[in-house]
Amino acid sequence: MASSRKTRGRGPDGQLANMSAFAARSGRSTQTEVVVIVSVAFVIIALAELLLRAMEVPHYVLPPPSAIGAAFLTDFPHILPHLGHTLVELLGGFAIGASVGLILAAVITQFPFVEKIITPYILLLVTTPMLALVPLLILYFGFGYTPRIIAVALASGPMVMINSATGFRRVDSAKIDLARSYGATTLQIFWKIRAPMALPMILVGLMIGAIFGLLTAVGAEMVGGGFGLGNRLTTYSSMIQMPQFFAVIIILSVLGTLIYVIFFLIGKKWASWEA
Amino acid sequence: MTPDPKTRATAKIRVNAAGKSYSTEEGALDALEDCTFEIAANEVVSIVGPSGCGKTTLLWAMTGLHPLTAGEITLDGVPITGPHPDIGIVFQDANLLPWRNLDANIRFPFEITRSRPDEAWIRHLLERVGLGGFEKRMPRELSGGMQQRASIVRALALKPSVLLMDEPFGALDTFTREDMNRLVEEIWMETHTTIAFITHSIEEAILLSDRVIVMTGRPGRVMNIHDVPLPRPRDAEVMASRAVFDLTNAIKADIVSGQVAHRAQNGNGG
Ligand SMILES: Nc1ncnc2c1ncn2[C@@H]1O[C@H](COP(=O)(O)OP(=O)(O)OP(=O)(O)O)[C@@H](O)[C@H]1O
Ligand SMILES: [Mg+2]
Repeated sequence: MASSRKTRGRGPDGQLANMSAFAARSGRSTQTEVVVIVSVAFVIIALAELLLRAMEVPHYVLPPPSAIGAAFLTDFPHILPHLGHTLVELLGGFAIGASVGLILAAVITQFPFVEKIITPYILLLVTTPMLALVPLLILYFGFGYTPRIIAVALASGPMVMINSATGFRRVDSAKIDLARSYGATTLQIFWKIRAPMALPMILVGLMIGAIFGLLTAVGAEMVGGGFGLGNRLTTYSSMIQMPQFFAVIIILSVLGTLIYVIFFLIGKKWASWEA
Repeated sequence: MTPDPKTRATAKIRVNAAGKSYSTEEGALDALEDCTFEIAANEVVSIVGPSGCGKTTLLWAMTGLHPLTAGEITLDGVPITGPHPDIGIVFQDANLLPWRNLDANIRFPFEITRSRPDEAWIRHLLERVGLGGFEKRMPRELSGGMQQRASIVRALALKPSVLLMDEPFGALDTFTREDMNRLVEEIWMETHTTIAFITHSIEEAILLSDRVIVMTGRPGRVMNIHDVPLPRPRDAEVMASRAVFDLTNAIKADIVSGQVAHRAQNGNGG
């Protein structure tokens, strides 16, 4: 049974990132799954609460869920502006990085020679942690939004670019011939054939790029500058305010999950034809 | 109202000394050579021949998408140099766009040509091929036969005067295939669209065509042309007749001798 589950929705071309995440599932199984997942969360939280209290673990080592919940409620007004800063950096950097990555992918894949030359450099950008550049960027641009937005753009852009390029490279000559048989222009072929065909891979790229962007934004905030959720983490931990620290961690995981869910839903709506 | 299909006075398509050689890694490959024939308006012509003899090459040249390297093909007397709105194509594997539902797939030609969809005609075609009510289905939710019927509707959407079909039913099971043959026959009897139909099935060729063109092995030339003087619709009784039996054998013999000649030629020529 488990094996039949696994093979379902896997593409025949053995791509690294396949679209099975976007495959339409029956509503009922999803519902049961959600119920089970939520129940497991409740059990884990309850267990953690009981264990931490029973063993009298001090709050500065590991606060129990109730303390984190209380800190979340009392300190949320203080944390909220920082969440706003992080979102500005994430959305700003991602918008720039994703647009540049997407446009580059669309253009470059039309010129195989140029693509061959550029790809190793893009790979270099993908594999180098952009976080490492943040101290340098701070040196250039100070402690404001600028170095962080640049870092986020540098982290997410190449991810979007490399995945989108994989999508745009999937030419199906029969479908292009179909369009050409009606006298389609290059632009029409792009918008009506190449782009929809690339969309599933573009969405994968956007999702990974956004997650990398979040990582880089928080990391950059931890390096320097007095604002943002990453800065809250370093501040709270240095002041040994662990419940607040974990409250921020929870916000970050919600953010990450939200990114995943948003792209999952977009994929389900627009890219479920694949898989 | 519709002209008598037997009148071949006007050539709809004229294939004149058509030749095509592909440049491959091993040098030039002649797929088609000095191929000449005509297709009259409202005529259905099947093209049969050994595998690799250049049938697909020929059909693609007729679409204007992949040009010849020698000779020319004319449509209504005008050389075909590029895609032509008067030519509809039915691809081998339906070739629907998987990200569009059936309805959006059928509207694709109108989008590309920026013309207003003829709603009544679309609805008529969908009903005609038995796809009414399936408009919102995605291609993967349709059977192979339904997909191919959808692609026929798409090919007819712009009311082309010529329909080019390259082994459209080769991937379908026998029963679905017979069903599709009947459908093409019905559609032709309604629209009298000129049809060039490539197939590996002699039965299919005889059922559908006014004439069957047999090609030689590569490089493909016209080996023989058989008239099919049978009444339509060609029901089971007609198809079981002596005439069909004899015609089938004659076409088979042609294909075999074409292959033999091809082998002999290749053996001598090296
Ligand atoms: N793009 C191409 N480049 C090089 N050679 C090609 C190309 N397309 C076809 N050929 C060659 O040209 C010859 C004719 O091919 P074509 O597809 O027209 O044959 P066919 O009669 O349609 O065969 P089949 O019945 O198997 O579909 C074959 O030998 C094929 O290998
Ligand atoms: Mg072929």
